[in-house]
Amino acid sequence: MSYLKPALKHPGLPKNKLGFTRRDYEGSISTLCAGCGHDSISASIIQSVWELGIEPHRVAKVSGIGCSSKTPDYFLSASHGFNSVHGRMPSVLTGANLANRELIYLGVSGDGDSASIGIGQFAHLMRRGVNMTYIVENNGVYGLTKGQFSATSDKGSKAKKGAINTDEPIDLVAMALQLGATYVGRSFSGDKTQLVPLIMGALSHQGVALIDCISPCVAFNNHEGSTKSYDYVREHNESVNKLDVILGRAPITAEYAPGEVTEVAQHDGSVLRLRKLHEDYDPTDRVAAMNYLARHKAMGEIVTGLLFVDPDPEDLHASLGTVATPLNQLNDDVLVPGAAALEKLNAALR
Amino acid sequence: MKPTDLSSPSYFHKVVDCQWACPAHTPVPEYIRLISAGRYTDAYMVNWESNVFPGILGRTCDRPCEPACRRGRVEDEPVAICRLKRVAADNKDDVLARLTPIPAQKNGKRVALIGAGPSSLTVARDLAPLGYDVHVFDAEAKGGGFMWSQIPRFRLPESVIDEEVGYITNRGGVTTHYNTRIDSLKGLLAEGYDAVFVGCGAPRGRELDVPGAQEAAANIHLGIDWLASVSFEHTTSIGKRVIVLGGGNTAMDCCRSARRLGGEQVSVVVRSGFEEMKASPWEKEDAMHEGIPILNFLVPKQVLHTAGRLTGMVFEKVKAEYDDKGRRKLVPSGEPDVTIECDDVLVAIGQENAFPWIERDIGLEFDRWGLPKLNETTLQSTVPNVFFGGDAAFGPKNIIWAVAHGHEAAVSIDKFCQGQDVTERPDPLVKMASQKMGIHEWSYDNDVSIDLRFKVPHADPSESLRSIKAEVELGYDRELAFKEAQRCLNCDVQTVFAANLCIECDGCVDICPTDSITFTPNEEEDALRTALKAPAINKHQALYVADGLKTGRVMVKDEDVCLHCGLCAERCPTGAWDMQKFFLETAKTTNGAQACLSR
Ligand SMILES: Cc1cc2nc3c(=O)[nH]c(=O)nc-3n(C[C@H](O)[C@H](O)[C@H](O)COP(=O)(O)OP(=O)(O)OC[C@H]3O[C@@H](n4cnc5c(N)ncnc54)[C@H](O)[C@@H]3O)c2cc1C
Ligand SMILES: Cc1ncc(C[n+]2csc(CCOP(=O)(O)OP(=O)(O)O)c2C)c(N)n1
Ligand code: SF4
Ligand code: SF4
Ligand code: SF4
Ligand SMILES: [Mg+2]
Repeated sequence: MSYLKPALKHPGLPKNKLGFTRRDYEGSISTLCAGCGHDSISASIIQSVWELGIEPHRVAKVSGIGCSSKTPDYFLSASHGFNSVHGRMPSVLTGANLANRELIYLGVSGDGDSASIGIGQFAHLMRRGVNMTYIVENNGVYGLTKGQFSATSDKGSKAKKGAINTDEPIDLVAMALQLGATYVGRSFSGDKTQLVPLIMGALSHQGVALIDCISPCVAFNNHEGSTKSYDYVREHNESVNKLDVILGRAPITAEYAPGEVTEVAQHDGSVLRLRKLHEDYDPTDRVAAMNYLARHKAMGEIVTGLLFVDPDPEDLHASLGTVATPLNQLNDDVLVPGAAALEKLNAALR
Repeated sequence: MKPTDLSSPSYFHKVVDCQWACPAHTPVPEYIRLISAGRYTDAYMVNWESNVFPGILGRTCDRPCEPACRRGRVEDEPVAICRLKRVAADNKDDVLARLTPIPAQKNGKRVALIGAGPSSLTVARDLAPLGYDVHVFDAEAKGGGFMWSQIPRFRLPESVIDEEVGYITNRGGVTTHYNTRIDSLKGLLAEGYDAVFVGCGAPRGRELDVPGAQEAAANIHLGIDWLASVSFEHTTSIGKRVIVLGGGNTAMDCCRSARRLGGEQVSVVVRSGFEEMKASPWEKEDAMHEGIPILNFLVPKQVLHTAGRLTGMVFEKVKAEYDDKGRRKLVPSGEPDVTIECDDVLVAIGQENAFPWIERDIGLEFDRWGLPKLNETTLQSTVPNVFFGGDAAFGPKNIIWAVAHGHEAAVSIDKFCQGQDVTERPDPLVKMASQKMGIHEWSYDNDVSIDLRFKVPHADPSESLRSIKAEVELGYDRELAFKEAQRCLNCDVQTVFAANLCIECDGCVDICPTDSITFTPNEEEDALRTALKAPAINKHQALYVADGLKTGRVMVKDEDVCLHCGLCAERCPTGAWDMQKFFLETAKTTNGAQACLSR
């Protein structure tokens, strides 16, 4: 068993604008089961942060409990990290974000962590519009506790030992859309060409971004009868669009038919260039997206891609009118303005 | 691209860069692992089987394996393959009992080998165990050929030569006829040998031809003759100021020998630039380390002398110019001539073949360069029972090539004597064995050391310059050898892929430290090489392509910088990757005679 990934690397590895190679964004070697989809998501996060040229110390990784929530150890070892309690990533991350809005927040969670025990926290974070990227590594089971159905498990889906799930699933994408998330995507760990741009777009989005990433659990949910297995997802995957994240103003080089490409400019200067794969899909129309998803879900399709994006998101700081400076950069006299200031505030509320 | 054909042993053989580059195809990683395990005798035997002179080669080999070594592509320097060989030789136990036995019962065939250099000795070693009555002739008093007469003792102690030559000549089956020069091939053939092997080397040094050379001849010496005379202890001193002409390894041996025989101001003068010199980089380094300057771009113009005594040499300064085709020409630089005073000149400007003792009317044909016409594989000449090898075959090369020729010639001679078709070559011995011991356990040490190459300890120059016999390199001790051995990447432990087991989870892709694995739509090779996770720009290295995946993509593995760490196989949930040890032993007459010891 190897505990260390050799430091030797490919001599031709490209460097990003900071002069780092992809390998500079790695973490320690994964202890998850070999073949776990979560590891591919970690690799996609590494690729995305590297491609965006983000300094690792500007990222804060926050997670809950589960195999998925363990993964922040396996990427960005030079970033900040907080492995919180089961289902409590959203509140810890919200607090961190309120205290210091200058970091780039990456919440990593599981379907159990977010849709079962943490569903309340999930819902409120979405409503509030915390500026973050929320990745749910969705395998339909509690991987870490040996494969019980989670709240995203489809009705009728079969467990490894044969039990059938009788409960309705929670669709985190539908919930996020309903609760006002401003960037919503779904993807599959086995399709990095789709997943990497989705993560890049989410990290550059200045509002709450959810990516529901189906991520097969090879140990407990990759069998015949599962709707979260490699084979099932590959067969039912319907991608509505193809995303490219354009950093700096790169001209369109390929020829597209009129209406085939939509461009969404984000506040940080990046451009989301979307090529339509489904003709009648409009990712900027929230209600249409919800309808489309409901219809196609009933047809048994797993709809993936960038499902919704609001080019002008508002985040929690904007609605609360908080101070822009991180709290750790403010002095005591500002942070604790004293009894007179409190008296004044109370008076204003009377 | 077409899926890779794994049925041919050459695919995996090429992945073992060192073994592929070694003319004798020594199973390098196999012996390096044995050294790590402290099994020096076994490591020695793996070498002895394939290169016959591990102790000698571990000190002197030209080491074509090292520039080829994969390690050199992922960090600064290759594994010290050659010097690890010496460790096996230095630390082994008595091996006599493990050498291929020589039968008392002879097979009735008699062969004559001309010259007792490495090529002939290899033929002898390979034929004697089959019951051949082998006769070795050499004009000199001892066996070893140039290894004994040319290579200076401070690089190669005589005891090492005697030991390894003795393993061949002292165990029966081989009769040596030293101090016996063969003056006529016709005469030798008339003695009724079933086959004759010519391993007489390339014994003639090229002479210096500039004005004054004749007059000062007493102090102008041909490098290889002078080195032989030093080896035989006929020459024990030289003037204080010495010029060595030439840029090859012979020049390096001349200048370093001169330093030890009284030369105080010894300089090497070469026509070409320093970079283009033929000498190996480490030979140049060693010479400069001993205070010998190498002066380049100087063409000999004149030898200066007074009253028949050499006083110096005049050189014209040149520079390199390149034409459109990149060919180099040396043209006068216009700078003033350079005069260097000296007491002796050693001429090491080239070596030639000469076969004055081979009659031209016996049907043995020569080409226009004076070399025998040979079948390149069988080494058979135009006289069916006469075979060539070593420097005599295709001009001066080195010891390991001489050994490789010796093995091939022995196969040919055996086939010829048994009335078989010489051109039908036997297959190599090939084995593949999975290294899997448990879920994540391998029977090889898959940890990758990140240590840089360890320097071989050298004797203090003030000590080693005092005697021509004091060995300069001291060799690795066991501890250093272990650490250096750990740098080997085990390139013979191959990544073998089974597409039918793969679920395309990307586990292997994500873990691979060198980004060697990609799943992608199939394309032509050139397009594929740029479409991989990391560009596969080294076209000398194969792409391993496998189809039969559910998504219709192909698995492409760039062999170039794979660390053979086995992580892909560790992270594969289905065992689609396996780490399998590839073992290849080239076809030899003695294959199978020796129990496979270490596998
Ligand atoms: C100075 C010098 C240093 C070298 N250093 C190295 C080194 O470090 N590493 C390396 O790999 N290679 C080295 N080489 C090259 C290497 O020595 C030769 O390539 C190699 O020895 C060739 O082997 P061979 O079997 O062809 O015969 P040789 O070793 O050349 O031996 C031929 C033998 O045949 C005998 N012979 C010739 N004609 C007759 C005849 N008519 N009758 C009887 N006997 C005859 C000669 O006396 C000689 O002993 C060096 C060469 C020189 C000149
Ligand atoms: C408060 C609390 N309740 C229950 C658990 C037990 N537990 C640990 S992980 C886990 C489920 C994790 O599932 P998920 O978030 O889907 O992660 P996965 O392992 O599938 O990636 C549970 C129930 C816990 N650690 N803490
Ligand atoms: S790393 Fe080892 S096996 Fe690989 S080429 Fe170098 S010496 Fe040979
Ligand atoms: S053995 Fe496998 S994981 Fe290791 S470098 Fe080679 S291909 Fe990559
Ligand atoms: S880890 Fe194994 S199953 Fe997964 S992609 Fe690689 S070879 Fe295929
Ligand atoms: Mg889960």
